[in-house]
Amino acid sequence: MTTYRESVAEGIAREMRRDDTVVCLGEDIGAAGGVFKTTVGLFDEFGPERVWDTPISEQAIVGAAMGAAMTGMRPVAEIMFSDFLACCWDYLANEIPKVRYMTGGQVTVPLVVRTANGGGLGFGAQHSQSVENWALTVPGLKIAAPSTPADVVGLMATAIRSDDPVVFFEHKGLFASKGAPAPDGHVVPFGQAALLREGTDVTIVGLASTVPLALTAADRLAEQGVQADVVDLRTLLPLDVSSVLRSVERTSRLVVVEENPYQGGWGATVVSVVAEEGFALLDAPMRRVAGANVPLPFADALEDQVIPTVDKVVDTVKALVDY
Amino acid sequence: MTDATTTTTGTDAAKLLRRHETMAVIRRTEKAAHDLFMSGLVKGTTHLAAGQEAVAVGARGALRDGDYAFATYRGHHHAIAWGATAEECLAELMSKATGSCKGKGGSMHLTKAASGMLGSYAIVGAHLPMAVGAAWSARLRATDQVAVAFFGDGATNIGAFHESLNLAAVWKLPVLFVCENNLYMEYTPIGTVTAAANPAADRAPSYGIPAELVDGNDVVAVEDAVARAAERARAGDGPTVLEARTYRHYGHSRTDPASYRPEGELERWLERDPLTVSANQLRALGTSDDDIRAAEESAAATVEAAVDAAKAAPGADLAEAFTDVWADGGAEWRT
Ligand SMILES: Cc1ncc(C[n+]2csc(CCOP(=O)(O)OP(=O)(O)O)c2C)c(N)n1
Ligand SMILES: [Mg+2]
Repeated sequence: MTTYRESVAEGIAREMRRDDTVVCLGEDIGAAGGVFKTTVGLFDEFGPERVWDTPISEQAIVGAAMGAAMTGMRPVAEIMFSDFLACCWDYLANEIPKVRYMTGGQVTVPLVVRTANGGGLGFGAQHSQSVENWALTVPGLKIAAPSTPADVVGLMATAIRSDDPVVFFEHKGLFASKGAPAPDGHVVPFGQAALLREGTDVTIVGLASTVPLALTAADRLAEQGVQADVVDLRTLLPLDVSSVLRSVERTSRLVVVEENPYQGGWGATVVSVVAEEGFALLDAPMRRVAGANVPLPFADALEDQVIPTVDKVVDTVKALVDY
Repeated sequence: MTDATTTTTGTDAAKLLRRHETMAVIRRTEKAAHDLFMSGLVKGTTHLAAGQEAVAVGARGALRDGDYAFATYRGHHHAIAWGATAEECLAELMSKATGSCKGKGGSMHLTKAASGMLGSYAIVGAHLPMAVGAAWSARLRATDQVAVAFFGDGATNIGAFHESLNLAAVWKLPVLFVCENNLYMEYTPIGTVTAAANPAADRAPSYGIPAELVDGNDVVAVEDAVARAAERARAGDGPTVLEARTYRHYGHSRTDPASYRPEGELERWLERDPLTVSANQLRALGTSDDDIRAAEESAAATVEAAVDAAKAAPGADLAEAFTDVWADGGAEWRT
């Protein structure tokens, strides 16, 4: 068994060993190993010419990664907390995703922006938000958000080898979680959701932290005689809507569990595709268990009020099955 | 900070005549862009660089093939200095299939990546960190390339400028920050919104970066200053800030009549037109008026032919709307 946290460094290290053009930059990622200890060991193994500590300059970090990516490197930039993406949002919204298109294909931007995303650790409003939906509003970015240690490694391999820019969301609430280590050479392609549990009554779609939550909810539901399909999307872009539609074809019910706010959350895109293309498959309305439309509060008890929980998923599914 | 002194040392007349002709191509291209806009063949907006040619041409002259350039929405002169043809630039402005970006960029995003001109960016200051990254990449790949970022006086007040200078200085990167101080950020005199008399050069020392003020209308002075900065960069001595005083002949953009300019200001700057300055330098080096005129006529003929070719070219290929999002050429977002 290994942790999600250790798998981040493992995934990066595997790519750095096979490709000299992979370099890392970010705040405190070097000898300190990162504030979440997700880059531990990289500095020792690869040294200061491959692992670069930066000033607190989010625009310079991501902008420099972009310039390096356009000129032959494969940079992996860390933005410590995903909330801080707002400080360099121009690069994610206007520069990185648009430059290939607006130059008529003259340049490519093979970079990864990694960031610690989401709540559950009680960091308060400015260090806890799930912002994967921010990235989903931007055509031109690929988006990965693993839920298991092995997927961290496998999706990291695809992200770093990708010639397209990737935003890689590592969920803070999962860092301590354990799972089977990735086998040697493990690569998980983008746009291939994982069907983690099979059932006939309802499809539960999750991403990152909401995947273990959906699995726990499915266990509880099974005790009550409700069998759920659990689909881990793994990437938001490309979005594997085929897997969702295939599952709904068998279950005829869909619940999407997303930690980002309901307003503008990625679940809205998933249900809109199912509404447009799979309406006839449905026997009940689709439901979204999403973050509430409020900033994240500090106190644990308050945080539970506004992010998805097992209870909320179970209750939502039961209401739907009785529909 | 040192004041650059104009020197023609090492600049022979033939080389200067080539610079003069390139500047004339840019001037004619800007004039054509303006005229085509007035006749409805260019849409959107344009930010013309007429008057600022010497900065781009002098800088390119001092640099080597393979060095990187990053420009702004006022970037026609940089694209042409880095080898884009007047035809591909004008075709792009006219939404033609033969445009340098296949009709997907337009005036504000002219790019010539094949020769290292890696784009024109229209979010003020955004490209400075990119130039820092290209310089970092040159160092990581152990090449002796340098990167140059061209930007306006107004860009010195955005955070990315300051983040870039600091990072470039602490990592001692081979990057040149070239400010084209044309006295205005859009319609506002730069001095009224900036707490430094020389918006780029005065800030550089606080980052430990050497800075030079240079006459941006003198192509030889620019070339000399950029050559010094590039030499420092290639020697591993880190970044330099150059602030080139210059002036745009047209308004900020197509819709700006520039009525905020004090009376006589444009006229005074026209006396120091970069093409007049270089013509005088050529004469001083013994170049005949006939040779100067021949270079200017050649430039005019190049741009005239470019206008004709761009007009005759087919419009943007409609299929191009859905290409070039991803490296595989496509735009697929789902599986
Ligand atoms: C971040 C950002 N803010 C505002 C603008 C609008 N804008 C476009 S050009 C410009 C003035 C820039 O002045 P300067 O940097 O001096 O360049 P110049 O146009 O004189 O070449 C402004 C405010 C923008 N494009 N990007
Ligand atoms: Mg200006």
